[in-house]
Amino acid sequence: MSDNSLNNLPGGFKGMSQDMGSDQTAFKGVQWGKVMMWIFLLSDTFIFSCFLISYMKGRASTVVDWPNTSEVFSLHVNGVPVPLLLIAIMTFVLITSSGTMALAVKYGYEKNRKMCGWLILATAIGGLTFVGMQVFEWSKLIHEGVRPWENPFGAKQFGSFFFMITGFHGTHVSIGVIFLFIYARKVFRGDFDNGKRGFFTTMKSDYVAIEILGLYWHFVDLVWVFIFAFFYLW
Amino acid sequence: MSDEFNQKNTPIKAQSSESTSGSSGSSKDIDYVRPAELPEQDLYHGHSFITKWIFCQDAKVIGVQYFLTAVFTGIVGLVLSWLMRLQLGFPELVPFITAEHYYQFVTMHGMIMVVYFLTALFLGGFGNYLIPLMVGARDMVFPYVNMVSFWMFFIAVCVLMASFFVPGGPTGAGWTLYPPQAILPGTPGSNMGIILMLVSLSLFVIGFTMGGLNYIITILQARTRGMTLMRMPLTIWGIFTATALAMLAFPALLVSCIMMTLDKMLGTSFFMPTILQAGEVLSYGGGSPVLFQHLFWFFGHPEVYIVALPAFGIVSDLISVHARKNIFGYRMMVWAIVGIGALSFFVWAHHMYVSGMNPWFGFFFATTTLIIAVPTALKVYNWIITLFRANIRMNTVMLFCLGFIVTFVNGGITGIFLGNVAVDIPLSDTYFVIAHFHMVMGIAPLMVIMGAVYHWFPLVTGRMLNEKLGKWHFWFTFLGAYSIYFPMHYLGFIGVPRRYFEMYDSPYVTSAIGMNEFITVAALIVGFSQLIFIYNIVVSLSIGKPAGKNPWKANSLEWLTPEVPPAHGNWGEKLPVIHRWPYDFNVPGAKEDYITQTTPPSEVISAEVEKT
Repeated sequence: MSDNSLNNLPGGFKGMSQDMGSDQTAFKGVQWGKVMMWIFLLSDTFIFSCFLISYMKGRASTVVDWPNTSEVFSLHVNGVPVPLLLIAIMTFVLITSSGTMALAVKYGYEKNRKMCGWLILATAIGGLTFVGMQVFEWSKLIHEGVRPWENPFGAKQFGSFFFMITGFHGTHVSIGVIFLFIYARKVFRGDFDNGKRGFFTTMKSDYVAIEILGLYWHFVDLVWVFIFAFFYLW
Repeated sequence: MSDEFNQKNTPIKAQSSESTSGSSGSSKDIDYVRPAELPEQDLYHGHSFITKWIFCQDAKVIGVQYFLTAVFTGIVGLVLSWLMRLQLGFPELVPFITAEHYYQFVTMHGMIMVVYFLTALFLGGFGNYLIPLMVGARDMVFPYVNMVSFWMFFIAVCVLMASFFVPGGPTGAGWTLYPPQAILPGTPGSNMGIILMLVSLSLFVIGFTMGGLNYIITILQARTRGMTLMRMPLTIWGIFTATALAMLAFPALLVSCIMMTLDKMLGTSFFMPTILQAGEVLSYGGGSPVLFQHLFWFFGHPEVYIVALPAFGIVSDLISVHARKNIFGYRMMVWAIVGIGALSFFVWAHHMYVSGMNPWFGFFFATTTLIIAVPTALKVYNWIITLFRANIRMNTVMLFCLGFIVTFVNGGITGIFLGNVAVDIPLSDTYFVIAHFHMVMGIAPLMVIMGAVYHWFPLVTGRMLNEKLGKWHFWFTFLGAYSIYFPMHYLGFIGVPRRYFEMYDSPYVTSAIGMNEFITVAALIVGFSQLIFIYNIVVSLSIGKPAGKNPWKANSLEWLTPEVPPAHGNWGEKLPVIHRWPYDFNVPGAKEDYITQTTPPSEVISAEVEKT
């Protein structure tokens, strides 16, 4: 928001209660789409929380031992098992893509069409790399005999929860990647500059959309941090 | 709307609310309302039949679509309840009703009524129709998403109905779908039936999320000038809080559906312990059935309030309008709604006292359950005080409101019985529970729905419903519903268990036989008496008395549109400007007994209105 009148609003709790008590909007100067994404992400947080709490419950109550994660998830480099190697790279790639996404939002608001587009494309490629490495990890585990319904290394719930939760997260990433590619095309085509109307929604395009997509992308990264901690470090 | 911000450089005139206060004196000043913060909403206007009536982006049409689809599923649920009652009242009278079919009817009746009928009707139906009108918006903020939301719901209903026709029929696991039995052979519909149920529920959640985002953001970010949160009708507060609950509760349902689908289709063991079947150990093992119960009831209990809170809100408005008096304790009512909503996330395990969970858990949840009775009782007192010495119009709408209060108090009091662990344990899984929840979340919300239909039918169609038929409909429904559920309390006390297909010659329930027959006859009569309602609606559509503008002399915005029924975009050229709450009835010093929300203070200078 470039408008200065927003800066005159009182801050802190006083400002919040005044905004809530005012007419028209409860969040001053925040676009509808942005509020929508925040509330959707709150709802999505509950989905991932339910998944992770179920995982904790499943892991805590299983009678068979949980597999040793630093062995199961290790990669063999020259015959030496290196724990967490693949996961470290995956996490690094995903977090980096969050950085490029943030830059894309910045250049978008500056109407720097080219930079914005390339950075979105970079984000998309980062996400695609992540999904690709996840596919590699899945196929490695499946090759070693881990299935949703069985697990040679210990408790069978390991396979169930691992494939379900990383799969659900991977789906989120994949959806994000698809939208990133679509948005990259839109940016390069200049839709956000000339306000071209959307094919489905018939609403005018605006650079805010990139920030909204960015919110989603950062959320997906944040969730990954929790999944990483609960599956790989616990 | 958002897109115009940068291009036109529309300044966002966000101001502190303090900057407007303290301006009083001349009549020009007291009418001051802050300038518009938002540009006009960009709307898609349909031109063909398909874009106007089928894939329509107008919230009002979507609301009617939701309403009709939900009523259709509700009628299916009603017929299923007849079949159940036939078996219970007159066992083996109908050879078609076998034990398997009976359980399928129970399951589908429960799920349809709770999720596909009541939730969709209140939030999808009334929510879509009323939110933009009552807050003074031109439409929902994302009309396209709103349209997709309805069609997702429609597909979910189709998938659900398809389960009646697959091999094995629909699932018969009880509406709670508890594993392990829901997905094991021996339970009716344990193959395709349960899978379609889980898929349908997941689709419902996805569709509802799209709608729910619309409802919340329209209420938070698209109100008209002068419409503060504390000037919204309680209907909107009820729908808003219920939607917020749904956004946080449905995730648990979605997750449990996904996990159970995987248990069924991939053979995972999230909810499945080690199980012997006919002497053979199944491949399942190590899962936790109680985990499903926790997830399900984390959704299931807020779900009760997702149904109840819109009903609370709507009934408050109906009572206020038809008693010609402001709602007593408006702010208390708002905070009670919000408080009940918040508390509803901390009571779920009172559905699980007999599940084998830790007894200390039961202690905690009994406490929170009884605490939730406090804001609920506040609301009941406020409705009654609103009625006290009011100028009550004893029309059909008011009758349904009074019926709601009676049934709700009845169901609420039995809820206090069931909320206590020690009292609940002998009563759990008896007909007392059936009586309780049908009173409190079946009949009570239905009373509100019917009252609301009589109230808002003139707005939607421009014609009044027939009062005489309406009163017949009310007395049949109210007395009939009481004859169904009141005796069930007694059945519960003598220990008749729920979900039993037949009592056979069990000696201790012989006294229940006559009562069961009576209940069944009453259920059939109540069901058929709904034909009066349907007849009334169908006939009034064409020959009902033209309603004209604001037939009830209400204050709230939905009656103040330039055209009745409201057109697409709702408000014609200019958005309305709000100066007061919607409850200024019988204000001392005012010429008429109501002052609409759009009446500026300078026009009613001598009226002693409440400052809102």
